[in-house]
Amino acid sequence: MSLTNTVTAEDLIRISGVDPSKCMQCGKCSGACPSYDEMEYHPHQFVAMVRKGQIEKLMASDAIYQCLSCFACLERCPRNVEPAKLIEAVRVAVIRQQGMNHMTANDIPEKLDEKLPQQAIVSAMRKYSK
Amino acid sequence: MQRIGVFVCWCGSNIAATVDVKAVAEAAKHEPGVVFSTDYQYMCSENGQAMIREAIKEHRLTGVVICSCSPRMHEATFRKTAVSAGLNPYMVEIANIREQCSWIHKDMAEGTEKAIILARAAIAKVHLNAPLVAGTSPVTKRALVIGGGIAGIQTALDIADAGFEVDIVEKAPTIGGRMAQLDKTFPTLDCSACILTPKMVDAAQHEKINIISYAELDSLSGFVGNFTAKIRKKARFIDETKCTGCGICTEKCPSRKGLNDFNMGLNTRGAVYIPFAQAIPNVAVIDSAQCIHFRTGKCGLCEKNCSAGAIKFDQKDEILEREYGAIVVATGFKPIDASAFNEYAYSDSPDVVTSLEFERIMNAAGPTKGKLVRPSDGKHPHEIVFIQCVGSRCTEDATKGKPYCSKICCMYTAKHAMLVREKYPDVKVHVFYIDARTPGKNFDEFYRRAVEQYDVDYIKGMVGKVSVEQDHLHVQGSDLINNEQIHINADMVVLATAIEPDPTARALGTMLTASMDTNDFFTEAHPKLRPVESPTAGVFLSGVAQGPKDIPETVAQAGAAAAKVIGLLCKNELTCNPCVAHANEALCNGCSQCERVCPYGAITYEDKEVRSPEFRGIKRIAVVNGAICQGCGACTVTCPSGAMDLKGFSNSQIMAEVDAICR
Amino acid sequence: MWLFDEIVKFHITELEGQVNHMKYSYYPGCTLKTKAKELDRYGRLSAAKLGAELEEIENWQCCGAVYPQAEDEIATKLSAVRTLDAAKQKDQELVTLCSACHHVLKRVNDDMKNNEYVRTRANNYLKLDVPYEGETSVIHYLEMLRDRIGFDTLKAAVVNPLKGVKIAAYYGCLLLRPSGVMAFDDPENPTIIEDFIKAIGATPIKYSQRNECCGGYIAMEDKGAAQKRVDVILSSAKNAGADLIITACPLCMYNLDANATESVLPVKYFTELLADALGVKEED
Repeated sequence: MSLTNTVTAEDLIRISGVDPSKCMQCGKCSGACPSYDEMEYHPHQFVAMVRKGQIEKLMASDAIYQCLSCFACLERCPRNVEPAKLIEAVRVAVIRQQGMNHMTANDIPEKLDEKLPQQAIVSAMRKYSK
Repeated sequence: MQRIGVFVCWCGSNIAATVDVKAVAEAAKHEPGVVFSTDYQYMCSENGQAMIREAIKEHRLTGVVICSCSPRMHEATFRKTAVSAGLNPYMVEIANIREQCSWIHKDMAEGTEKAIILARAAIAKVHLNAPLVAGTSPVTKRALVIGGGIAGIQTALDIADAGFEVDIVEKAPTIGGRMAQLDKTFPTLDCSACILTPKMVDAAQHEKINIISYAELDSLSGFVGNFTAKIRKKARFIDETKCTGCGICTEKCPSRKGLNDFNMGLNTRGAVYIPFAQAIPNVAVIDSAQCIHFRTGKCGLCEKNCSAGAIKFDQKDEILEREYGAIVVATGFKPIDASAFNEYAYSDSPDVVTSLEFERIMNAAGPTKGKLVRPSDGKHPHEIVFIQCVGSRCTEDATKGKPYCSKICCMYTAKHAMLVREKYPDVKVHVFYIDARTPGKNFDEFYRRAVEQYDVDYIKGMVGKVSVEQDHLHVQGSDLINNEQIHINADMVVLATAIEPDPTARALGTMLTASMDTNDFFTEAHPKLRPVESPTAGVFLSGVAQGPKDIPETVAQAGAAAAKVIGLLCKNELTCNPCVAHANEALCNGCSQCERVCPYGAITYEDKEVRSPEFRGIKRIAVVNGAICQGCGACTVTCPSGAMDLKGFSNSQIMAEVDAICR
Repeated sequence: MWLFDEIVKFHITELEGQVNHMKYSYYPGCTLKTKAKELDRYGRLSAAKLGAELEEIENWQCCGAVYPQAEDEIATKLSAVRTLDAAKQKDQELVTLCSACHHVLKRVNDDMKNNEYVRTRANNYLKLDVPYEGETSVIHYLEMLRDRIGFDTLKAAVVNPLKGVKIAAYYGCLLLRPSGVMAFDDPENPTIIEDFIKAIGATPIKYSQRNECCGGYIAMEDKGAAQKRVDVILSSAKNAGADLIITACPLCMYNLDANATESVLPVKYFTELLADALGVKEED
């Protein structure tokens, strides 16, 4: 896969509006993250790896679909780095590529249950597909 | 016509790398009145100064222009040089071609052009310079120290030992400050009270030191050497001269609901109280908001039981007016409010405490008599989590916190962890840290002892959330070394909260016209070379009021501030700045606008007889006290009739500079 | 820092509140028309009882359910801007009930006010008669109760106080964070729903997980992850002694209800309890 040929750290910084150099690597974001155990890379690692240009690993990781967008990392960050925005930028960079939608309308019927609110479907489609 | 010499400095490559100094010297030669112009590598060096002296004599110079660094740096140097060659020091002008030119330009052509223009302006000004003679003002040989913590006490002791009178104004009912609240001190673990209280006693017994407790500065006027302070001595409702500090009133008081400030509100005290056993002065104070007598007019049990007759319910605030030659700011700090960081559940559980609260819990004179127990139920804790950097090192755009490192937390947390493990080896201790910052003598060794000898579990990472569950505190945080999120069920959590300047500092800074940074720490006159002086003459800085620091640093700074104060008070008189305002009697119409804008109160009015072509008779005219005037120029720009002018910076001089620049 | 903003915002909205006092634009959102009808119905009945008129925005469109965080996302914010502009046309404050809609509308509104990039491009797309620049005040139904109607007024209007019912407030994420923009309550120590619970005569139960995530849309991707979150939340509320848990969000409702495995607690929308307390529930 040649993802990093097209997506650079600068792209992610531009899309997210995040300045990873503000991070002091205290790990409070990852200490706050409710999805920590589900994620291969954790919020502080997204910041550190973008800083170091290790984009390919992040784009290939399922961690980008495990972020709940709960904004706990963003709220509690002492340096206003906003890791959630960076994770979203990586996800967006992946799903904007041809054929990279993580979830499509065809996947929905099997996921439906009686109580599932429209909000869940719209949210998931917005998060997981173009 | 003046005979002007121009001296262009290279400042090594600082100026010469961006400004063609030879071209500047050459251009200056063609300015009117310039009879000599040259350049040199270091004009401030002994050789450079000799060159100036010789030129003054040889070319009979009446004015000198030095193109060099900021006048803040070397104006005084070059004025002295001029004086030694027989020239009036105020015939020297500096063209700042370093800070305002070479350092901010990259292009040689641009830099050179600007340097020539700046030189031209200075030459134009010198044409209108007149010799000025500085007056003198006397020095009041007494110092005021604001704040009676370890910083203020040490400064006062050092000044008093040199033979000068010192007043300590302390807002609390006793001196001692934050250090009095500490249990042990790092890295030696000596008992804080044991080393502080002798100093408090020394201060109290020193014949040159006058402690004014429970008092605050109300207003201040005057200037270096001649300050007048109004000090509000708050009513403590106790006659200090009669109270023996026996403490019977404090025992009899039936109102027990006041929070004990000294113990960080962890327990309560009576409405009449003595802050702690070693308080100085050892005199009670009544909290009138809490006292039953003040609220209902009844009770009066303290009065009935006081055999000394010291209770005075009708006591009023008292204003003392005192004169001082120097002022030392030693207002100290407080921990920030930890409830802003409620992800650590400070507001939700009494078992989440700040480090200063923990000091009181560990202290033998504290609310638990030094026994480590959980505040919620008094039970012995088995697992304690310390969290460092709570509110420190936060960016300005973060939702909360301070941008600076509070400096003392790494060390006191190591101390707490060690003390717990020493006294209670069964207690597991974890410390979440970002960096362990231990630059100090024997500091890193101390921290390593906590890890290696006391088996304190240091976890590199921060806590994301403390959850109050039924019988424990659930701590969830990062362990960055092991790359995992860890979960600890703790009995207590201790927050190393950031420290901030005492809330009274901001108003005090305004009153003293002493500058402060955005965090309300007082700014030093120079961050490296004048660290204990405020930019305001006669105002000195001691302790955390200037920036976070530990006890040894505070004591060192206190001594340094005292040395500066002693240096000032030793002088019998001070040379005044001759660049002061004066009113042209013919133009002044006594409108009072200058008086209203003068920040120093230097302007008064007199009725004077005036004989001029336009007016003849008695006229109200502004008079400037040259000893008080600081030459700020506020009056000269306010004056509607153009009567006010500033010596050395006259309107005509400034216009000549502007004309030269625009030429 | 955010506190200052909040105070300023509070004063601004206070003043704006005077303009069109008890008449509001109302944005229900998709889910309130389908799976979360109770949230909507009881909200409207209660508002009417309290003298607040909720005028549904005409021809509203889905808000998008999640706020697009990428700086270069414009198209996905446009439907929210249309809704905001519709409220502006009526010179009314915009009230929402669903946490997700509220979150999206408030944040897009903030972009339109403070982010020139988004404002310029969104207006270029929409070609409104007058460009929209964040003029509308967006408030959640709970904020309407607290800041416009007042919990004291609510308390006085209660006819069936829910005495003795121990209720755990579940805030979740979207109402509180990021606090700088949402300015809804203290993000780590909120009190608005607890104050609401007190106003309707019940007893609020404070518990640690009330502002932690329920899993949100992860339920579509990884049911196990949502179940883990929900168990943590419900056991914390249950251990604290709650009989019931309330929420303002249909997705939180779904997760707390459908994805509970270990601990189970009844989950209700706050508007249902409100309607009950005001005695308007049966009238339906």
